[in-house]
Amino acid sequence: MSPSILFVLIVALSVLAFQVGKARSIAVAGGLRGIRDLHSLPGHYGLLTAIWCGLPALLVFLVWLSMQEAVILRLVLSHMPAETQTLPQAQLALVLNDLRNLVAGNIRPDMVAPATRAAAAEYLQLQAIAQLSLAVLVLVVGVAGLLLVRAKIRPDLRARNAYERVIEWALFGCSAVAVFTTLGIVLSIVFEAVRFFNIVPVTEFVFGTNWSPQMAIRADQVGSSGAFGAVPLFVGTLLISFIAMIVAVPIGLFSAIYLAEYAPLGLRKIVKPLLEVLAGVPTVVYGFFAVTTVGPALRVAGESLGLPVAGESALAAGLVMGIMIIPFVSSLADDMITAVPQSLRDGAYALGATRSETIRQVVLRAALPGIVGGVLLAISRAIGETMIVVMAAGLSANMTANPLEAVTTVTVQIVTLLVGDQEFDSPKTLAAFALGLVLFLVTLLLNVIALYVVRKYREQYE
Amino acid sequence: MSNTNNVAERSAKETQSLVQASLARRYRAERRFRAYGLAAVLAGIGFVVFLFGTIFSQGLSVFQQSYVKLTIQYDSETIDPSGARNPDDLVTADYQALIRAALRERFPTVEGRPNLRELYALVSSAASIELQRRVVEDPTVIGQRETLWLLADDTVDMLLKDKVSRTAAEDERRLSDQQIGWIDELVREDRLALRFNRAFFSNGDSRDPEQAGVRGALIGSALTLLITLLLSFPIGVGAAVYLEEFAPCNRITDIIEVNINNLAAVPSIVFGLLGLAMFIGVFGLPRSAPLVGGFVLTLLTLPTIIIASRAALKAVPPSIREAALGMGASRLQMVGHHVLPLAMPGMLTGAIIGMARALGESAPLLMIGMVAFIVEVPAGVVDPATALPVQVFLWSDLPERGFVERTSGAIIVLLGFLLVMNATAVVLRNKFEKRW
Repeated sequence: MSPSILFVLIVALSVLAFQVGKARSIAVAGGLRGIRDLHSLPGHYGLLTAIWCGLPALLVFLVWLSMQEAVILRLVLSHMPAETQTLPQAQLALVLNDLRNLVAGNIRPDMVAPATRAAAAEYLQLQAIAQLSLAVLVLVVGVAGLLLVRAKIRPDLRARNAYERVIEWALFGCSAVAVFTTLGIVLSIVFEAVRFFNIVPVTEFVFGTNWSPQMAIRADQVGSSGAFGAVPLFVGTLLISFIAMIVAVPIGLFSAIYLAEYAPLGLRKIVKPLLEVLAGVPTVVYGFFAVTTVGPALRVAGESLGLPVAGESALAAGLVMGIMIIPFVSSLADDMITAVPQSLRDGAYALGATRSETIRQVVLRAALPGIVGGVLLAISRAIGETMIVVMAAGLSANMTANPLEAVTTVTVQIVTLLVGDQEFDSPKTLAAFALGLVLFLVTLLLNVIALYVVRKYREQYE
Repeated sequence: MSNTNNVAERSAKETQSLVQASLARRYRAERRFRAYGLAAVLAGIGFVVFLFGTIFSQGLSVFQQSYVKLTIQYDSETIDPSGARNPDDLVTADYQALIRAALRERFPTVEGRPNLRELYALVSSAASIELQRRVVEDPTVIGQRETLWLLADDTVDMLLKDKVSRTAAEDERRLSDQQIGWIDELVREDRLALRFNRAFFSNGDSRDPEQAGVRGALIGSALTLLITLLLSFPIGVGAAVYLEEFAPCNRITDIIEVNINNLAAVPSIVFGLLGLAMFIGVFGLPRSAPLVGGFVLTLLTLPTIIIASRAALKAVPPSIREAALGMGASRLQMVGHHVLPLAMPGMLTGAIIGMARALGESAPLLMIGMVAFIVEVPAGVVDPATALPVQVFLWSDLPERGFVERTSGAIIVLLGFLLVMNATAVVLRNKFEKRW
């Protein structure tokens, strides 16, 4: 019985359980007239029965399926010839790959060794047994749950409360997904990063100035594990983010000021969504724009001025990233400016200040903490942005403050190190996780500070 | 007394004259400040216009493609010399030869290998696949003549669309003077023309620009988004309902809330690392599969959906809740029967916006390997696939001139979908938004 059919069966069984529970509750109440004696609605008894029938069965189903393949593989392997079992890890993986392909019907039987063919036959046999026993087990669990609850149904059974408690736990589980996600991120990244730091010392990674991660072709090639000094990447990331902020902060801030304080309502209603379109454009589009339009234009401009501009200059990536970030800065600044109470402005006008003086000396000063928070969020956005820099910034780890040269960033290196098939334990792939850890920590820190500042500021005027 | 009055009067006058003197300067500063603001707004709008203008001017031409009209003789000697109509023979026959014959027939004066090779290069290699399809579908055409529009090569296409220069030195062009002469001749005879580009929407990826299409990427994106929607909407709404309606005020709730806010700002590539290490590394799920992509994008969009759903729940006035509870409903009944239906439009809006974000996302998909060159259109959620934004990324890297146009075309398709999704969200919000 294939898993999908079994799943449908579980669902059908739950529907049946619902009907059984409902009918049973009406029966114990003594027909439809006796329903008023029941603690809960008949439907609640049905739902309770369905939950106790379907949920355990589903749990067994999922746990079994997640382990089935590994267990069967291990069993099959233990029956294979001794020389196969003692093969080194990489060759064993090849044999297993053949086995899987043969089982899936991707390759013909005559293309693999006889031992593998025998193993595949055994695999199929074990798989059939496993699926059959799973079906039996799941159905037994489901029916047992059904019968158990059915036997317990009495007019004073608090079915609704029991059912609602389960739902509440499920809702709690939904919100706990967020915590598990964070936990998953931290665990997976930290785990791999620690393995990296076992090979490359932390101090070399954080303070080293030479970045050239060569792939070790064999495990015993110590010399080719490359240099993993990440400082050039940090410098490149900061340079590009800095250029982006030089573009985004003035334009974003001034357009927020204009739209909040000067523009008539009609204009604001048109222009604000137009600017926010920039935030909705996918980042690969910006990347493409940077590569095909901004980069070449900068090079032509540089040539006419006699300046050497690299094909993948930090300036092009930074400019385009700045354009992307404008709406973040402007909408956050707009929120903060409109949150400043009108009474402060009225006070300034009464003292004879012009509008711009009011804005500069009163409104902006009052809104400053919020705006700083917004800018911090924008910086964290710029540091974590990937596609634009992958497409428009280079790969060469130059340590330079010259925006016309090519630099590389943390995110570019993560992508370059991990795209394509790689072994999980080479320092090259592990380095990507170490970079990911740095990225995660820095953006997290910026966000925590920014959210704290913004919240403090909001409370001030509420 | 009068003395102090005088002093006050004098100082007031002084102040006044000081103010008067500075007024012009202050008004200038005011105008300047205002001009800065206007300039910033104009710059922002300018960027929007420039960005979209560039993309559309480069990409709109993708919806048309050059086709060449040839009279094909389905020569039975070439296709099926045995005459048995064996399907295997029909598939492997040399259809390129039919096209070559048709070209020689049209240009009988061309002689010599190099010249002929230049002539044959005008037609795409996909044209022979089209002929093969026709013959396999209906073997009775063998032995007959048929006039067909066949796909031209991408170099011809670029010339017809004026995307390459005719006047550059001959060795800097991909077309020789002789070839351009033939092309002009064909165009004059209406045998070479731009027609609607069906291949762009019906083909998967290809190394030849004229054959490359977005169908594979579109299906891959659709499968990924389907998984994302199926997981993130129920979980997101569940989490929002718990936090707004059930959660007690305690440490655990606080931790969850802080967590969600922080997750919303974690760079998307970090989610890709999680997907690579967890779903592929630990759970052993297949690489490049929309299933894993859907999982990763679910985690990525959850914070957006939770935050939007909570806002929608907050907008439902407490009086509704009190009325339901007052009538004897349990908390869950109150939420399920009254609060959720009222908050649903807002939640759906949030979900659509979250999906739009997921559709445009590519960095985490690179991490989990949805970045391979895949010709086949994926049929299920565990088949290797790519997604629309990743396709844009892949094409943008290719050197052929034709792929710049394809990339822009794929971007236009992507932006079109985003526009539809966001417009739906706005319409939904305007239609169902209630002011209590």
